[in-house]
Amino acid sequence: MSSDDDALAALAALGDPVRRSLYRHVAGSPGDVTRDAAADAVGVSRAVAAAQLDKLVDAGLLEVSFRRLSGRTGPGAGRPSKLYRRAAGEHAVSVPPRSYDTVSRLLAEVVERAGLDAELQAAARADGEAADAAGDPVEALRERGYEPFRDCGKVRLSNCPFHALAERFPALVCGMNLASIQGLLAGMPGAEGWSAEMDPLPEGCCVALEGPEESTEV
Amino acid sequence: MNDFHLAQVNVGRILAPLDSPQLADFVAQLPEINALADGAPGFVWRMVDDEGADATGLRPESEDDLFLINCSVWESVDALRAYVYRSDHLRVLARRREWFERLADHHMALWWVPAGHRPGVGEAMDRVALLRAKGDTPDAFTFRSPHPPPVDAL
Repeated sequence: MSSDDDALAALAALGDPVRRSLYRHVAGSPGDVTRDAAADAVGVSRAVAAAQLDKLVDAGLLEVSFRRLSGRTGPGAGRPSKLYRRAAGEHAVSVPPRSYDTVSRLLAEVVERAGLDAELQAAARADGEAADAAGDPVEALRERGYEPFRDCGKVRLSNCPFHALAERFPALVCGMNLASIQGLLAGMPGAEGWSAEMDPLPEGCCVALEGPEESTEV
Repeated sequence: MNDFHLAQVNVGRILAPLDSPQLADFVAQLPEINALADGAPGFVWRMVDDEGADATGLRPESEDDLFLINCSVWESVDALRAYVYRSDHLRVLARRREWFERLADHHMALWWVPAGHRPGVGEAMDRVALLRAKGDTPDAFTFRSPHPPPVDAL
C-alpha cells in the first residue's frame, strides 16, 4: 500500500484550508504564478503564502521555476522571480480501495477496436444534456474539474479530467469529451449562444468554447 | 541535425466513395488538413498522387477502390504527435468513424528512414504488414512504443 501512503502524504498537505486555496489558485491558473499574486488572490500575507506554497512544493503538489519577469538580462537586471505551477503527476486515494483505471482502459480498448465512436459520442452527449446543469457554462465546467480560463475571446480548459485515458485513446476519448461538453451546453438554459469545438493547444483539454459577445467574466 | 527522420503510414477503407455525400465533409477538409501538415513544425514531406494535391488517388490494393493510404515524413516523433493529436487534425480524427471502416488490426505504423529518403507505397505497406506480424519493433512501431532513431555503428 506504499503508493497509497505516498498519495495520502501529498493530499494531506491540502487538508489545511489556506494551503488548499493557494493550491487551487496556482493549479487553476494557466501559467506560472508568483507568491505575491497567489497571496493577493487568496487574501493572506506574502510571508504566509511563501511558507505554505513551499510546503506544497515539499509535498510534491507544486513545482518551482525562476524567471526574470522584467525581461531584462545581465548585471543589474534584478533577481529572478520565484514562480509556482502545479506539479506533473496524479494523486488519488479511495477508501475502500477502488481501481477504475484498469477497467476503463480495457473498456476503452474494446470500444476502440469495435469502432463504436459514434455510439460513445451519442452516449456522452446525452449524459451531458441530462446533467441539467444550472448557472453559467464556465461555472459548470469549473465544477467538473476542467479549470476554465479566458484566452483571446475563447474559454480554454487547463485540465483534461480524462488525461491518462485521452493520452492512450485520443480520437476516442477526445471525441467523447467534445460530445459531452456539447451536450452539457445543449442542456443548459444559461448556455444560450455558447458553442464548443476541438481546438487543441500543446497542453490542457482539447476543447475550447466561445460564448455570446456580452460575457466578459470568467 | 538528425541523420534519420520519422516516416509514418496510415491506411483505411472509406465507407463510401470519395465523391459520395457521406464523405463530403472529409473531402472538403482535406486541403486545410494537408496545408496544416505542410506548415507544421518538423514536417518534412508527404506522399501525393499524380494530381499532386493529396494521396487520395493512390490505391495500395488495386482491386479495392475504397482502400486509401497516407504517408509522410517528419523530423521527430514529437513533431508528428503534436500534429496528429494537438492540432486541428484532431477534429478530423474524432470523426473518423463517419468516414472510415473500423479496422481490427494495426493500420498506422512508424519507422525511421535516412534523412532525404522518400518511402513509396510498397515500403509503407510492408511496414504495416511487419507491425501486424510482429507487433512493435524498431522497424515498425506505434506511438505507444516509440523507438529511438538508429545509432550509426562505428
